[in-house]
Amino acid sequence: MLIAIASLATLGLALGGLLGTAAYYLPVEEDPVEAGLLALLPGSQCGQCGFVGCAQAAAALAHGEAQPTLCPPGGRAVAAAIAARLGIQVDLSAVTDDRSRLARVAEEICTGCCRCSKACSTDAIIGAAKQIHNVIREACTGCGACVDRCPTEAMTLVPVPVSLQHWIWPKPAPA
Amino acid sequence: MGLFERIFKEPRWGVHPDDRKRPAADVPLRRLPPPERIYMPLHQHVGAAPRPVVQVGQKVRKGQLLAEAQGNISAPIHSPVSGTVAGIGEITAPHASGLGFAAISVDSDFQDRWIDTDPLADPFLLSPEEITKRTAAAGVVGLGGATFPSAVKFSLGRRLAVGTLIVNGGECEPYLSSDDRIMRDYAEQVVDGARIVMHAIGAREALVGIEDNKPEAIAAMKIAAMAHPEVKIRPVPARYPMGSDKQLIQALTGKEVPADARAAEVGVLVHNVSTCAAVHKAIRLGQPLVERIVTINGGAVARPGNVFAPLGTLVDELLAFCGLKVTPSRLILGGPMMGTPLVHGRVPLVKGASGILAFDAREAAVPKTGPCIRCGACASACPMGLLPLEMASRVRAGDLDGAVDFDLSDCIACGCCAYVCPAHLPLVQYFSHAKGELAARERSRLRTESAKRLAQARLVRLEREAKEKAEAAARRKAERNAAKARAAAEQGEPA
Amino acid sequence: MKETVMMMIGAALVNNVILARFLGLCSFMGVTTRIDTAAGMGLATTFVITVSSMADWAVQRYLLEAYGLGFLRTVTFILVIASAVQFTEMVIRKVSPSLFQMLGIYLPLITTNCAVLGVALLLAENHMSFIAATLFAFASAAGYSLVMVIFAGLRERLALASVPRLFAGPPIAFIVAGLLAMAFMGFSGISTV
Repeated sequence: MLIAIASLATLGLALGGLLGTAAYYLPVEEDPVEAGLLALLPGSQCGQCGFVGCAQAAAALAHGEAQPTLCPPGGRAVAAAIAARLGIQVDLSAVTDDRSRLARVAEEICTGCCRCSKACSTDAIIGAAKQIHNVIREACTGCGACVDRCPTEAMTLVPVPVSLQHWIWPKPAPA
Repeated sequence: MGLFERIFKEPRWGVHPDDRKRPAADVPLRRLPPPERIYMPLHQHVGAAPRPVVQVGQKVRKGQLLAEAQGNISAPIHSPVSGTVAGIGEITAPHASGLGFAAISVDSDFQDRWIDTDPLADPFLLSPEEITKRTAAAGVVGLGGATFPSAVKFSLGRRLAVGTLIVNGGECEPYLSSDDRIMRDYAEQVVDGARIVMHAIGAREALVGIEDNKPEAIAAMKIAAMAHPEVKIRPVPARYPMGSDKQLIQALTGKEVPADARAAEVGVLVHNVSTCAAVHKAIRLGQPLVERIVTINGGAVARPGNVFAPLGTLVDELLAFCGLKVTPSRLILGGPMMGTPLVHGRVPLVKGASGILAFDAREAAVPKTGPCIRCGACASACPMGLLPLEMASRVRAGDLDGAVDFDLSDCIACGCCAYVCPAHLPLVQYFSHAKGELAARERSRLRTESAKRLAQARLVRLEREAKEKAEAAARRKAERNAAKARAAAEQGEPA
Repeated sequence: MKETVMMMIGAALVNNVILARFLGLCSFMGVTTRIDTAAGMGLATTFVITVSSMADWAVQRYLLEAYGLGFLRTVTFILVIASAVQFTEMVIRKVSPSLFQMLGIYLPLITTNCAVLGVALLLAENHMSFIAATLFAFASAAGYSLVMVIFAGLRERLALASVPRLFAGPPIAFIVAGLLAMAFMGFSGISTV
């Protein structure tokens, strides 16, 4: 009885000591996963994922608290890249490349208050105070952050029509 | 063809579909009278769309500039008829999606009056740069279907010191015979155009590859090229897709174009026979590209044949000109293997359209698909040496990266795999879908990157502004303090 | 020499850890969706099985048998295995971050992999010499890796096949695993030679 207790205790202590020593001599720098994930995210801090910004989203992803499909502006490309980085499999079929919407200013009700341009994370809205604002289509990510800020509801997200260059052949129906 | 050639020379790739070119190919060329109104699309080539330079109501003559090229890779368009500009609007594009694109409509005055052209006696006195400039101004693009601006290709050929011009008279797609017809009826134009192109790119020889199922064209071209030993007529075995540039280059020169390289990098440049004829017209006669020969064929057509038609003519009018036996079950612009299905006939004829096919119900029937039995017929038919069955199964499972690992990007969408598949699987349709999906993914990636750049630039800007604000505030505070001190000193002094 | 080779073939193929002894089935089904992860898991497990079997052999010989503590075998073995896995994880993380990235989630899983404990217990029952025990453990682990990679290859193909809806996913994977186990029964002809 005593021998059993003693031997197990000794074994435990010895192995624990070994691991402790190993941990002391083999320190590992901070997790590079988070920085890598941050590099994959758009970095526009749009907040559509539910986190304050991309850094917070990357941290949540690294700790497994969020799904790789969290980033709507990133679409499938970003979701696939994150999943590959984390080494997990994700069903991408639910992710849509919703790049089909852009912000638009209704000129007749814009008061030129500048609130929308301050909210835009990619500086896609131009216009000085008391002047009608406009959206640079190429820079707009369609995140919608400006829509809530507009006091006169002049800012809306409008669908972009499919053009010849962006049309994709449908996938053949399975046999 | 002897047994030896059959065994050793016959290409191992591709398929040999029933060509169905005759009787349409043997019918003499007809000319379509100018239609009442033509719709000249702006974007008929690879590259940037041109910018319109005419106004509604303006009188134009045949060959007058309608829209000028803008950007490095672009081409202008010219009026195919004389008349009045009726409007600039949208018309259904010759595209499977049935979406619209911008076009300039011109009401014809039925006079067909050309602009004042200046015919040129000897183009070989011009510098290659001048020929390139004139070809670009005439709006000549690859008429085989690729519609790449020819002048850009000339400059590329000059830069890479291309020694051999390959003139593509393959026309391997079934039903089509427009290139066959141009070689039979306008062989001198083709040969002269080829010589001008050789001069423009600095090539020493021109090899004209013609499939051996067009003996009349070979004979006509041989006669036309008799006086010019540098233009060599080379019959090639009839095999689909012989008209694809990489396959034709291999058949004529034995050189294989690497997967990620252009033809010019192995020292050859490919131009279609119709393109050569268009270059001849542009340089010798000063006529821009405003009309082309188009094959009207298919089971639903009453009098199939080749028609010389102004660009921008509606497909419906061309079909009416040749007569319809039955309502077509399917309309295709181009060949049956790689052509574009049209949603309806109110679609304008474009520069790259070599044929219009109106299929009857029997031709348009789509067989029922079955499961893949991994027989490998598609792999032996693939002219690019790919494994269509592996790529298709990955695309079907949604694994696009897996398909790219099997070199999906090298697929030329010739349709050989789908043609030979005993299970009638829509293999090439899977690849077209996957390529579109990959392109969309790439666009999305670029957008994400640019959004990231913009967001970072904004952060930098905000930081700078905050710093400037803080500095300004500090400066003002210092000024205030200095003023206060001065005031205190002034008050204190007299006391 | 011949006996040693036959013993190793027997351990790797005939009495394969997964397909004949049915040990380590959770990782067999869990991480065989892709060949590279399956191969990584196989390599990591091979290393852990070999190292922990050596340690367990020593514990068995000089502690448990010496003091008559056979009833503590399972507990001590698990202790040793867990430590070995932890130690391996630390070393890999320090020495090769890329391998660590690849194995990341699977390394801790090895602790609960019954194949590791199973091999150690088998060794304890058979009373082999140290060399023979090490070779036996290595051969068993090699057999484990082999089956993992083969099965992952089959599942990669299965993912592309048009499987009837009812069988899609795990059901067809279990059926294939059964077929593979039956195929491995063919190796039982070797051992009697």
